[in-house]
Amino acid sequence: MTATAEKTDSTSEVGAVPTFTVTLRILRHDPEGLDGREAGAEYWEEFTVEAFATDRVLDALHTIKWEQDGSLAFRRSCAHGVCGSDAMRINAKNRLACKTLLKDLNPSRPITVEPIKGLPVEKDLIVDMEPFFASYREIMPFLMTTGPTPERERLQSPEERARFDDTTKCIMCAACTTACPVFWTDGQYFGPQAIVGAHRFIFDSRDEGEWDRLEVLNDKAGVWKCRTAFNCTEACPRGIEVTKAISEVKKALTSGEV
Amino acid sequence: MTEHEYDVVIVGAGGAGMRAALESSQRARTAVLTKLYPTRSHTGAAQGGMAAALANVEDDNAEWHTFDTIKGGDYLVDQDAAEILCNEAIDAVLDLEKMGLPFNRTTAGKVDQRRFGGHTRNHGEAAVRRACYAADRTGHMILQTLYQQCIKQNVEFYNEFYVLDMILDGDPQTAADGEEISVAGVVAYELSTGQIHTFRAKSVVFATGGAGKVFKTTSNAHTLTGDGMGIALRAGLPLEDMEFFQFHPTGLAGLGILLSEAARGEGGILRNSEGERFMERYAPTIKDLAPRDMVARAMANEVREGRGAGPNKDYVLLDLTHLEPKHIDEKLPDITEFARTYLGVEPYTEPVPVFPTAHYAMGGIPTNVNAEVLRNNTDVVKGLYAAGECACVSVHGANRLGTNSLLDINVFGKRAGIAAAEYALTATAPELPADAPAFVTALVAKLRETVGGEGTERVAQIRKELQETMDMNVQVFRTEESLAEAAALVTQLKERYTSIAIHDRGQRFNTDLLEAVELGFLLELAEVVIAGAAGRKESRGGHYREDFPTRDDENYLHHTMAYARPDGIDLQWKPVVITKYQPMERKY
Repeated sequence: MTATAEKTDSTSEVGAVPTFTVTLRILRHDPEGLDGREAGAEYWEEFTVEAFATDRVLDALHTIKWEQDGSLAFRRSCAHGVCGSDAMRINAKNRLACKTLLKDLNPSRPITVEPIKGLPVEKDLIVDMEPFFASYREIMPFLMTTGPTPERERLQSPEERARFDDTTKCIMCAACTTACPVFWTDGQYFGPQAIVGAHRFIFDSRDEGEWDRLEVLNDKAGVWKCRTAFNCTEACPRGIEVTKAISEVKKALTSGEV
Repeated sequence: MTEHEYDVVIVGAGGAGMRAALESSQRARTAVLTKLYPTRSHTGAAQGGMAAALANVEDDNAEWHTFDTIKGGDYLVDQDAAEILCNEAIDAVLDLEKMGLPFNRTTAGKVDQRRFGGHTRNHGEAAVRRACYAADRTGHMILQTLYQQCIKQNVEFYNEFYVLDMILDGDPQTAADGEEISVAGVVAYELSTGQIHTFRAKSVVFATGGAGKVFKTTSNAHTLTGDGMGIALRAGLPLEDMEFFQFHPTGLAGLGILLSEAARGEGGILRNSEGERFMERYAPTIKDLAPRDMVARAMANEVREGRGAGPNKDYVLLDLTHLEPKHIDEKLPDITEFARTYLGVEPYTEPVPVFPTAHYAMGGIPTNVNAEVLRNNTDVVKGLYAAGECACVSVHGANRLGTNSLLDINVFGKRAGIAAAEYALTATAPELPADAPAFVTALVAKLRETVGGEGTERVAQIRKELQETMDMNVQVFRTEESLAEAAALVTQLKERYTSIAIHDRGQRFNTDLLEAVELGFLLELAEVVIAGAAGRKESRGGHYREDFPTRDDENYLHHTMAYARPDGIDLQWKPVVITKYQPMERKY
């Protein structure tokens, strides 16, 4: 069914938010084989909902879950783009459902919603995040220092602090990693997020573990797998220049300088 | 069903839970059970900063901070707890810095500090720079840093394990005063499989966060449904000061998404439809940086008196247009992005529509300063601890100052972790009764049975009606009538809740069932909030009664202690701990 973007009568009220009808085409995954399906069945299902101009894809998913089909499963929490729970593939691009406004997606056509790719699907839009977090853990994402702990704070100039500011924004939603064509086909690759996580420490002036991490990233599963497709940078809902961070890590490895 | 055994079980993996875990796991065998993945917790949404009198940029000390916290809390703060909070604040910030937290820096390379509401120099002379911050994502950085340290320490997490019951070895309501009652463990529902797990533990720490979803307009995550508070209430424990809910002044209008007070700390100004900086009338000295309860009430009052902005005159404006775009980008990047994304407003050139949003529960599970949970005004439950927003120490009293919650989770999370582990090392392993999982098994089975059954009520509809009545009747302004209306509706909704039907028949990731369970907690907690608000016939901090518009220290300088009894909420009172600050009129 094709959606229409017609405004309803309510828009004539002063200050009322216009509403429109929108169709979501959702890739579902039934792990248990209920209602006559086979266990693990994948199928597309369409839902049509009324939405407000300020609504995000997450609002539409909630409307479906709360009014039409309570079995639709997805993760979400903060609903404003900081917790990283609701990364999904919306109209073939990785985005956060809570940060994507329906009106920005051409709601006159059905909006496709799929789980992020490259991680095992558990149910509907929920994937197994464990392989993703395992890669993050491998790059030793914690401050490493030697010598005695100072009494007060370690000093760091605003310029030194700015050096790694971009990669501190990461919310570990996996939008970047699961947008990466290398990650889709190569189960060994750490993926962009782990490199972002490493970058955040490698370029922190207080940290002394940079070469331990760079060694991990120099491995066959590491940065050299990156083919600079820029999918990750496009996918990042936090606006992190992921590809740039990866290239800075590559440069540190070739130049031997951080 | 699967059985587990630990020395310490921590419920919740936000700031308080992970801070506790870092301490506990060094000392005792520890598991962290969390409804979400740790990095999804709402600590990550905190923006502006964490208060500590580091005096890195101007003269400051912990005593000034203590005074501000007590005055900001409208003298309902337990003063011994506030002293601990503010004295330990400095080490709490330095601890995080040493863990690697990327604070913003001064030109000298120290942790930078900025102004925040209610934090003043020398007992109210002027605003002071006390908030340590990392742009406008301080909570995000705290959550990430604590998680990173948990990875380093190999903390054991059970992700997406939803704790639904605590097991005590006695009934706290029938036990005599002074009689010893201990915790024995918790029961959890594993979201990915639908299986029930019991965790036998010598110590249990609740760090489950807030209950903002009681309200419709809230800065809180969908998952903040007061589970830990609800579990405690059902176990027969009291909840303290639940009538005190903070409405943060600057939620994005209509959405409730938080715009940090840092926006005003950095120079932002609130204006009404006439362009007037109205806070000059309400708080002549510190104006827009008055405590949140006063600002929220002032905003609601402007709207009520017809000076709201917008087509429906139902919000006020946060004006940042006089700030340099570069300054905004450096100090407030995320929140200005929220304004652009969700309202299509460009904060460089346009004022941002804002209105108060339910933000923080000052009340919660009562604890002493060692984070031990109280079962009445004096007795603790051995081995049971609570910290963070789900707890009430009480360091926030009737109104929490901005940046004191990130502080609270670090100071009292740490204290809870140490105390829980030390107790576990001396305690003998408790016995879990054979019927320990019975309550949760029955709860889950009953909800499952509603699939395809007779039930006609929808969880989402009941929740919506609950949230709407709470916004309408129990928000910034309250009266006897409005509270009675809300109470009557909640009673009806609880009745209708018995006729709900859920739709997901599956075992795996049944978030439909999860939401039904969460609604049960919300309904019971709303009842407690309303009962406390009705019983407190005065106005203090975040609780404002139009029919009793002044503070009444003679009758109400007490905490409420609400107990769930078979015939409803029983409201008792607990004295406030006063050390050296006598209550004064609260002017700014």
